[in-house]
Amino acid sequence: MARRLAPNAPSRLGQWLALGLGFLFLYVPILSLIVFSFNDSAMMTTWSGFSLRWYKSLFQDAALLNAAGLSLQVALMTATAASVIGVWAGYVLARKGKFRGFSLYVGLVSAPLVIPEVVLGISLLLLFVELDSLFGWPGQRGMFTIWVGHTTFCMAFVTVIVQSRIRDLDRSLEEAALDLGATPAKVFFKITLPLIAPAIVSGWLLAFTLSLDDVVIASFLSGPGSTLLSPEIFSRVRLGLKPEVNALATLFVGAVAIVVLIASAVQRRQRRFQS
Amino acid sequence: MSTRLARLRSDVISIAPPFVWLVLFLLLPFILVLKISFADLKFGVPPYTSLTEWKDEALSLTLHLRGYLLLLSDSLYVSTYINSLRMAGITTLVCILIGYPMAYYIARAPERIRHVLLLAVILPFWTSLLLRVYAWVGILRSDGLLNSLLMNLGVISSPLEIYRTDLAVYIGLVYAYLPFFILPLYATLVKMDLRLLDAAYDLGARPWRAFLSVTLPLSMPGVISGAMLVFIPAVGEYVIPEMLGGADTLMMGRIMWSEFFTNADWPIASAITIVMVSLLLIPLIVFQVNQAHRYQSQGER
Repeated sequence: MARRLAPNAPSRLGQWLALGLGFLFLYVPILSLIVFSFNDSAMMTTWSGFSLRWYKSLFQDAALLNAAGLSLQVALMTATAASVIGVWAGYVLARKGKFRGFSLYVGLVSAPLVIPEVVLGISLLLLFVELDSLFGWPGQRGMFTIWVGHTTFCMAFVTVIVQSRIRDLDRSLEEAALDLGATPAKVFFKITLPLIAPAIVSGWLLAFTLSLDDVVIASFLSGPGSTLLSPEIFSRVRLGLKPEVNALATLFVGAVAIVVLIASAVQRRQRRFQS
Repeated sequence: MSTRLARLRSDVISIAPPFVWLVLFLLLPFILVLKISFADLKFGVPPYTSLTEWKDEALSLTLHLRGYLLLLSDSLYVSTYINSLRMAGITTLVCILIGYPMAYYIARAPERIRHVLLLAVILPFWTSLLLRVYAWVGILRSDGLLNSLLMNLGVISSPLEIYRTDLAVYIGLVYAYLPFFILPLYATLVKMDLRLLDAAYDLGARPWRAFLSVTLPLSMPGVISGAMLVFIPAVGEYVIPEMLGGADTLMMGRIMWSEFFTNADWPIASAITIVMVSLLLIPLIVFQVNQAHRYQSQGER
């Protein structure tokens, strides 16, 4: 009995130590942002009383709000496009098996996961400049060029999430539908797509935050009048502390927490429904 | 014959679109960078010369090596490359040391807890990295959280200088990339067939022995994926060294950024990019082969 337990019950102490310290490291910075967003003082050392003044000054900052609006638009468009292309590529990787050029396909699909963002930014900028001097398109850089860059960068993450979900699916469902005479496209939309919906949602959300978060690609590909939120924040905080940014971060974390809570509640209901 | 052609056509249609996007916006731009790295600086739009010229019924191709020669002759660039590789390497090692036990214990936790722990690793992905790195500024500054905590506890009497040093950049890099290491490793560990461990125990292996000769080798694909997901982007990281590092923290991303935006020297920036990607060629190939292997073995299942 003790022997059977051994592989599944590793050392308790080690478990607590590794996970406790690890998660402490991951979460202390986030907690510190939240706590100090309510601090009256601009310093992060002294607590001088509860205050909402940083939230107030955040919502009076027209430049920041404008940038946030643009960023949300780009992130929505990016997440949607990256989900479509990413699901497509993930399906090809998981279901189409080996075909000629498979290695190149895998290479191109996974490259944005690791390629430094500076490289992506520079190379796309050069592409757009070259295209513009050859064809007079896309003209001034702006939201469109950022969207292309973000979609290229984010689709790789959607692909990884989606392909691993499709791989875990029971293939016999799709095969049964094919046997019953459904076209491959119909099988995909009626069987595969609903089954991988949770993976698509998490891929969409990841693409959304990656786009919202990105400084580098957006800086290279933006034009006049299209400064996004993250480059704007970055240009302010690279020189030091800005307490308004704590407030912004807290709102961000709050929004994420709400989405995660809703998602897990929906999943729990679905699981109950299924069982 | 026609049905085969039709099948082929439908296969092409179903496979091609993501491929076309990536060729257009990933491969083609990179070829352009290679091209412009051989161009010379020019005033105007675009701010570089053309490689080919048609003049007097002769097509001439001019490759300017100015960028590459400058990179070799200026010791600043050489030491920046070395420093970037070293910082990314140390970051990767630290991520392995912290991340392996975390991934291992999460994968071996009871299923109910496992999902919560996994979510806790993924959650930071969904909150802004920029803002989380910014949090470290407030923690590490000489008047920051860490120093005031340590001084109040009486551990130190004068503040530690961490902010704007290489140490701060290491902390930021490990912090930002740790989840990228944990997730692929976790995915490998959780799928491991535990009966293999049972077999090892039945044959009399001690827990450590079983770990070293069963779990560790089987988890290597996950370790490689994770390590590459940390190492390669860390070499070119810009935001973290810019926010936490000192003026003397030399990293490629910062140099590329300043050549591009401050000096507006696109050919040099392109040459720097090309050299950096070639230095990363071996890790990139390792990553890609590992990735292709994972997809392929999964596809055949």
